Amino acid sequence: MSRTIRGSVAAVSFAAAVLASTALSAKTLVYCSEGSPENFTPALNTTGTSLDAARPVFNQLVEFERGTTKVVPGLAEKWDISDDGKVITFHLRKGVKFHSGINNFKPTRDFNADDVLFSFNRQGDPKHPYHKVSGGAYDYYNDMEMPKLIQKLEKVDDYTIRMTLSEPNAPFIANLAMDLGTIHSAEYADFLMKQGKPEQFDQIPVGTGPFQFVAYQKDAVIRFKAFPQYWGGKAKIDDLVYAITPDATARYAKLKKGECQVMFGPNPADLAKMKEDKDINLLSQPGLNIAYVAFNVQKKPFDDKHVRQAYIMAIDKAAIIRDVYQGAGQAAKNLIPPTIWSYNDKVKDYGYDPEKARQLLKEAGVQTPLDIDLWYMPVQRPYNPNAKRIAEMMQADLAKVGLNAKLVTYEWGEYRKRLQQGEHITGQLGWTGDNGDPDNFFFLLGCSAARAGGQNLSKWCDKNFDDRLVKAKQIPNVAERTKLYEEMQTIAHDEAPQMTIAHSVVFEPIRKEVTGYKVSPLGRHDFYGVEVK
Amino acid sequence: MAADVTVISAPQAPPHPLAVFWHDLARNRGALLGLAVVVLIALLAIFADVVAPHAPAEQFRAHVLQPPAWVEGGSWAFPLGTDEVGRDILSRLIYGARYSLFIGISVVAVALVLGISLGFAAAFVGGLVDVMIERLMDLIMSVPSLVLAIVIVAIIGPSLTNTIIAVTIVYLPRYVRIVRAAALSEKAKDYVTAAKTVGVGRWRLMFVTVLPNCVAPIIVQATLGVSDAILEAAALGFLGLGAQPPTPEWGTMLAAAREFLQRAPWVVTWPGLAILVTVVSINLFGDGLRDALDPRLKRS
Amino acid sequence: MLTYIGRRLALTIPTIFALMFLTFLAVRLVPGDPVEVRTGERGISPERLAQFRHELGLDQPVWKQFADYVSGLAQGDFGISLVTKEPVLKEFLTLFPATLELAFFATVFAVTFGIPFGVVAALRRGGILDHGLMGVALFGYSMPIFWWGLLLILFFSVQLDLTPVSGRIDLLYYFEPVTGFMTIDALISGQEGAFASALSHLVLPAVVLGTIPLAAIARMTRSSMLEVLEEDYVRTARAKGLPPLRVIGLHALRNAMIPVVTVIGLQGGTLLAGAVLTETIFAWPGVGKWLIESIFRRDYPALQGGVLLISSILVLVNLGVDIVNGVINPRVRHGR
Repeated sequence: MSRTIRGSVAAVSFAAAVLASTALSAKTLVYCSEGSPENFTPALNTTGTSLDAARPVFNQLVEFERGTTKVVPGLAEKWDISDDGKVITFHLRKGVKFHSGINNFKPTRDFNADDVLFSFNRQGDPKHPYHKVSGGAYDYYNDMEMPKLIQKLEKVDDYTIRMTLSEPNAPFIANLAMDLGTIHSAEYADFLMKQGKPEQFDQIPVGTGPFQFVAYQKDAVIRFKAFPQYWGGKAKIDDLVYAITPDATARYAKLKKGECQVMFGPNPADLAKMKEDKDINLLSQPGLNIAYVAFNVQKKPFDDKHVRQAYIMAIDKAAIIRDVYQGAGQAAKNLIPPTIWSYNDKVKDYGYDPEKARQLLKEAGVQTPLDIDLWYMPVQRPYNPNAKRIAEMMQADLAKVGLNAKLVTYEWGEYRKRLQQGEHITGQLGWTGDNGDPDNFFFLLGCSAARAGGQNLSKWCDKNFDDRLVKAKQIPNVAERTKLYEEMQTIAHDEAPQMTIAHSVVFEPIRKEVTGYKVSPLGRHDFYGVEVK
Repeated sequence: MAADVTVISAPQAPPHPLAVFWHDLARNRGALLGLAVVVLIALLAIFADVVAPHAPAEQFRAHVLQPPAWVEGGSWAFPLGTDEVGRDILSRLIYGARYSLFIGISVVAVALVLGISLGFAAAFVGGLVDVMIERLMDLIMSVPSLVLAIVIVAIIGPSLTNTIIAVTIVYLPRYVRIVRAAALSEKAKDYVTAAKTVGVGRWRLMFVTVLPNCVAPIIVQATLGVSDAILEAAALGFLGLGAQPPTPEWGTMLAAAREFLQRAPWVVTWPGLAILVTVVSINLFGDGLRDALDPRLKRS
Repeated sequence: MLTYIGRRLALTIPTIFALMFLTFLAVRLVPGDPVEVRTGERGISPERLAQFRHELGLDQPVWKQFADYVSGLAQGDFGISLVTKEPVLKEFLTLFPATLELAFFATVFAVTFGIPFGVVAALRRGGILDHGLMGVALFGYSMPIFWWGLLLILFFSVQLDLTPVSGRIDLLYYFEPVTGFMTIDALISGQEGAFASALSHLVLPAVVLGTIPLAAIARMTRSSMLEVLEEDYVRTARAKGLPPLRVIGLHALRNAMIPVVTVIGLQGGTLLAGAVLTETIFAWPGVGKWLIESIFRRDYPALQGGVLLISSILVLVNLGVDIVNGVINPRVRHGR
């Protein structure tokens, strides 16, 4: 079949023009990913699936070092912070090239301050021409309170940017390393705006990153190729392919057959086999997350901390870790995982003690059997491989101390909303950290989040706890902050507004021929620096 | 109809129609086998409390994902092995028979009542009512059955009752059509005209005169309908839209077991086998019933 | 004849219009919100949600939404997917060939085995072969195909390592879709091994999806053959001493095929319903899997457009079968 005919038929697909049949290229890495991205603009997205799909294409001013939560220079070579902590000046990297777009966009200039202004103003300025494009919801930008924090954003010259904050804020630099700080090309935005196709901006990504976008077929595949002029040096692999494979069992089978080299989220049930497999390296790292059961302290008898403690003691946590997490989790005694600084290792978990639990319930004057509820989310979460199974196990354990838990669930969006309204008596949820700062977890138990509709699902407001929370966010001194957070963990343990279940351990099976891959504690999948032998 | 023919054409000492029917059915060994298995499953379901070695929701934490007894590592305490939280699979299957049979029978019962009402309404009232009912049934049948069931469950939420509602709606048209067609053909027959002329009331005409005479195709459809309903409900359960935990519904058990496909294949094997055996038996019996009740195929 | 077709067509139009309304209504009755379902633990602020809903037109009165929907449909616009921001019709048309290809191969499988099974069973009526083949058909007819698929994967892919687990083609191969049928595109691409790869990905799903139709076809072929074999002309032919194969092949089979063709046509619904399960198990990127995912994602436009399109196709297929039936068999035409 001749080239011209193929071209004309396939012209429907915008990808066709630049695509030669690249069947067997030199070095290809195939990543078996979990699902289809919603678009390729990180600022618009909140799901790891969508963010992972865009990351190869982009950079931020500052970035998380691969495999850590440490913040290192990215498109900003360095930055200065004023003495009052409110003014931050970024010095931008020179000679950074943008990709060409598969829609015939050709960059005419290097990366500069205009691109930074565009990337932040699109999110922060409601009058920005791109603000409303593709739905215009910048959830992370708003959730991290960036509109409130960034008072002024100025271009000093082409390679200098100055940000003025409304207050000194310790976690701010880490926020910029998140995906909300992704830098796009302002020139590309103008190019599409002139063509009247601004929404294409979020479907055909153009960035400065190590890989450039080649093609995307929904529910099937995303293709990237190495960007030769990448400022950090060309990637060691030539082609990067995301094979979208929603089923974990199928992902594993593909990995085994060498149809992909790195895979997302293995089934806990398959871990044992993966460990034995000679072709597979099973990497692991504790995730930046927590799974917990929130007790609604506004509902009787869970207003009594002894009842809450009894509930915790009734649950065989070790069995849950073993049978549900199947080794892919570690029991949690604090809200933050041990990988975050200020983790208080002196806190001692309650332990499994049904006898004591019965006694505590009796002392609290609880008439057993007591009907309560136990909510479980209908979906798998990074910190919880199977909330339904945990609920089934807890139900059996609770029955033994006289608590008859009715299992309740709703469609995911509905579920969260109802929990936040406090409709539950006890309910499962969890949290995934964004930037490795303790405040990013502890605000979950703060008083301002305890309002109806807020993130504090226990609706628990403790002055001792909250005072420390507010103070620790204001002061810059890490040692002082650490002390406050440690005290807060002791308070949360004694008052037991929630039962912490586990921090998941993230497993990433990769094939032996892959070298240089690092598991990200932030749950990212980064392929720059990775090689396939 | 078999019954009529016998009654009319045999003036002296006609064998009772039921006896004829049983004679025909008993010649069909497959049908008898099917019936026997169905009865056995039903008995197991009814006496689950006595028969099952364990309670269906009891979790033996020391025996999670234990293989069947005859495989290395198994024990006769859990003949078919245990599931992901250490529940005895055999006991769950036995209790699960209750749900599957209950779903199958309830769907057919409800669909029959609605089907007979709507089918008779269409046949006897006719006119606009007939057209409306027919179009409505067309509409239901125009959506692929499972897609329709999924949409209905998505709207009313996943649960055992809602599974029954969804599957009933999906299968309703079959009953309505069969009843309508049977009623129309009976209506045209002489004995109905005769009954009409002597002034038999409409309700009596419908339920006392006509209904017994179109019972045969309805019974066949109802029997085969039980197996269809069980399959459809299991499919919903498999997609996570069926009964909720810890209900040991077979489809739901399969859904939960899917992730152990490689590590513990028996958790996947048994519930599916239970569905298959039940459905095959019912179909075997249903086929026999049809052969016995359908004069066209009889001894041809 | 023309009046018959005209009457059937006229009956189809209100059905499709009612479908339009019901899919629209049903989708709005599904609890949950297309925006909220995709947010993580943080959720979304009420202001953002309101803004989002406004942009999607979800804050309009329902009758207005329906009017917009219908006027869009009239211009061939099925709406824009909330998840991918692609036109629903375009998504459907990209995915439908995958389902069609799967259904085609499933039918080929069902016919290739179903008809011989039925013929042999009829000829050996009451014999072991008859019982054996009809036993197979009975099991096929009763099969929970989602379980069947898992068993086949377990055996052929995991234990024997013979077939791929999921997808349509090995990722080694990449070419732009031309027809949307992977097997044909593989041939067009001219890449070595691509066609074999596409075919090997098709085997298990096609077998799974074809199992129930196979059983239905085998059973129908058998009973239809039995009826024809009793007919006078076949007896005469046999009596005249024509070779049995000629009798069966030329006379009996040809006449027995009429109801079988109808049954094959009527498998359309079974195939589409089965495709939902089969595609889910084998991660086959077709419309069945897409519909299920649209429900879980609360992608209203995709869901309502998808159900409408699939149902309309089914209605048209059934209409086609009816018309063909009417042409072959005058009794159908004048009945009712």
